[in-house]
Amino acid sequence: MNAVVHAKAASRHLLSGNEAVARAAWEAGVRVAAAYPGTPATEILEYIALYPDIYSEWSVNEKVAVEVAIGASLAGSRALAAMKHVGMNVASDAFMTQSLAGVVGGLVIVVADDVGLSSSQNEQDSRYWGRFGHLPILEPADSQETYAMVKQAFDLSEKYEAPVIVRMTTRVCHVKAMVEFTGERIERPAAGFQKNPQRWVMTPANAKPRLPLMHERDRTLRTVAEASDLNETFTGSDRRIGFITSGPAFMHVREAFPNAPVLKLGFSCPAPLDKIRAFASTVDTLVVVEETEPLLETEIRASGVAVQGKNLLPRFGELAPNVLRPAIKPLLGEPYAVPRRTPVDVFPRPPTMCASCPHLGPYFALSHIRNLNIIGDIGCYTLGAGHPWNALDTCICMGASLSMAHGMDKGRGASDEKKHIVAVIGDSTFLHMGMQGLLNMIYNRGNVTVLLLDNRSVGMTGGQENPGTGEDLHGLPAPRVDFAKLAEALGVRPERIRMVDPYELPTMVKLVREETKMEEPSVIITNRPCSLTDRFEHFRPYAVIDDQCTGCGNCIDLGCPAIFVSRRETVTAKSGKSKELVFAHIDANACTGCHMCVETCAPEAIVQPPAPSRVIRIQPHG
Amino acid sequence: MADGITNILVVGIGGQGIMTAAEMLARTALSRGYDVKKTEVAGMAQRGGVVSSHVRFGAKVYSPQIDPGEADLLIGFEAAEALRWLPWLRPTGVAMVNTLRIAPPVVSVGLYDYPTDPIAELAAAGIQVHAFDAGAIANELGNPKLVNTIMLGAISDYLPFPADVLKECIVEGFRAYKPKLTAINARAFDAGRQAGHL
Repeated sequence: MNAVVHAKAASRHLLSGNEAVARAAWEAGVRVAAAYPGTPATEILEYIALYPDIYSEWSVNEKVAVEVAIGASLAGSRALAAMKHVGMNVASDAFMTQSLAGVVGGLVIVVADDVGLSSSQNEQDSRYWGRFGHLPILEPADSQETYAMVKQAFDLSEKYEAPVIVRMTTRVCHVKAMVEFTGERIERPAAGFQKNPQRWVMTPANAKPRLPLMHERDRTLRTVAEASDLNETFTGSDRRIGFITSGPAFMHVREAFPNAPVLKLGFSCPAPLDKIRAFASTVDTLVVVEETEPLLETEIRASGVAVQGKNLLPRFGELAPNVLRPAIKPLLGEPYAVPRRTPVDVFPRPPTMCASCPHLGPYFALSHIRNLNIIGDIGCYTLGAGHPWNALDTCICMGASLSMAHGMDKGRGASDEKKHIVAVIGDSTFLHMGMQGLLNMIYNRGNVTVLLLDNRSVGMTGGQENPGTGEDLHGLPAPRVDFAKLAEALGVRPERIRMVDPYELPTMVKLVREETKMEEPSVIITNRPCSLTDRFEHFRPYAVIDDQCTGCGNCIDLGCPAIFVSRRETVTAKSGKSKELVFAHIDANACTGCHMCVETCAPEAIVQPPAPSRVIRIQPHG
Repeated sequence: MADGITNILVVGIGGQGIMTAAEMLARTALSRGYDVKKTEVAGMAQRGGVVSSHVRFGAKVYSPQIDPGEADLLIGFEAAEALRWLPWLRPTGVAMVNTLRIAPPVVSVGLYDYPTDPIAELAAAGIQVHAFDAGAIANELGNPKLVNTIMLGAISDYLPFPADVLKECIVEGFRAYKPKLTAINARAFDAGRQAGHL
């Protein structure tokens, strides 16, 4: 059991921001928590799951997670939903209206923005949602603040009957720092749902009277922000530049300009404009440092205060000290020369699929079939766009593959006339938002071959559970969806639903060829588990018999990271053409014995060496 | 260790135990009463990508990130990765490097070359470089997973606190969770400590 779960008040711990959210939720008396995995927010629910007093679940998508939290709130329970920034787009339909209706039990949405775009398809500033949806926003800068602010967020939410956004970034979620606990759990039994159709049934007649109330709440929250100690002024000795900042950018400002005055906005929306105006009058030049969009800057300027910000700083990426110094030092008349360092030229090391990854088979097949447009989705299989497969043509958002493929089929041009359209999607992404695309395609008589890569996990985020895995967030047995029956229920003809072992490469290639030639939708479902999960079975590693390897390079085309090039040779064929031979070597430490590469090797040079015989040493007595 | 802050950068490839090593350093610094921050970019790290973990400790640490040119210690779990992060090291810094070479698929398929001698390139930059084959030491001790402890042992004499403090922190962890591995990790630490002076 995690030591933090039972830790007493006044104890100190090295915690990530995500762990701090969990502890704070527990102390705040949260009774229901829901999320869909997404970097950098995934661990929030995994840590919450360690607290037995909180009901917690992996929901099938972020909209569902927020709706679960809303339901719990209306029942009078404190509830939390967590997600990454793009999850907010999915969830927005729910919270945009719930903001109007309000909440009963404290409702907090923790959103993690991937500032710096390390593990996402885009970079978004979720603080827009606070303005758009009339929701207050708290922005912690480190783990200790996260812990304190999540607790405050629940109090605020209940007091002003508004869902509250706690906006984190990668540099808060994944930074470990000291947290001192100030309390332990306070139980808050659910009051029970109070029926009130005028309040909770958002028909136009009921929603309209809520509009002025929501705007009144905005005005009240602004006065609360003005008085909040989360908006803190740090006096500095050098008043030439004063900074207004929020979130982890505060840490970077303190690091780069330790003597400058700073107004740190922990309660940043609605912005405390009077406090900002007062701070501005104490400094020569005001600079806003915010990640990533100029939201505060625009609001401050609109209130008549002269301010600088994105004219000096980038509108994307982290505002680390090495970004701040060269951008702002010249304002002080201190030209800042970036220290000269010898540039280092090292090859890139993009993430790649794992040894015995069940996606290797489908991508080996796709990379060997011509005339395909391959519409991809969000997951490990997005890596199929890279070397050596180069077999994925698009990726935008969760579940888009099926609907985009359908659109590409309907909108095909002359150059695509002979192309087959393939959609590639994983189990969890299909259940998150892909099913509707399949239903739509069937209903509208489309023709797409769907590769449903069921590896029984949310792979990219670390192997979480979903309704297709047979287990829940807590690792307990759960009903498992039957993908074949589901596809059939959505209207795919049973003959066109094909189950395949992705390790059987010849079958894999044959099936994709067959199904893409069909004049109707097909669904090919693979059935091997992610090789990083406990469901994967390890076997003895294979090895290449060096003098039997002909250098054909077929096994290298598989893209398995356990297979390396041992040497290259250029030979001249009888025709006079020169040809490069690539000889392979298998790293026994990385190989898991899946045997996929054996099927690519015509000269049978890849073998499984016999298991070392176990020698039992007989100890002489005495 | 200018301005009283020690900056340690641990680098390598997803799956090598970079974050565990950094966590151990952070916990040890914490036990010495320092303010500590540790950060890394994870997420796709398990998929064979570049992993770097920053550990900063001192009286008061604000930013969790080490700026280029500010690292006091660079711990490289793979040779080319150590070279990649060279610009993060101070001119007076120390690089502790495992000579292991792992070529990614983009090198296998011939799109890029692996540097011929990354250790020589590091040395040519004028920094203090210590390089040795941690895998060979681990195999001699009978367990390839000991590389992590060996690398920590190797840098233990370059920290602002005694080597034994780090050793005790590591050993204590094994004693609590994997007692059978306590003795072998203590030996791995010592072997690494010796190698760190090569």
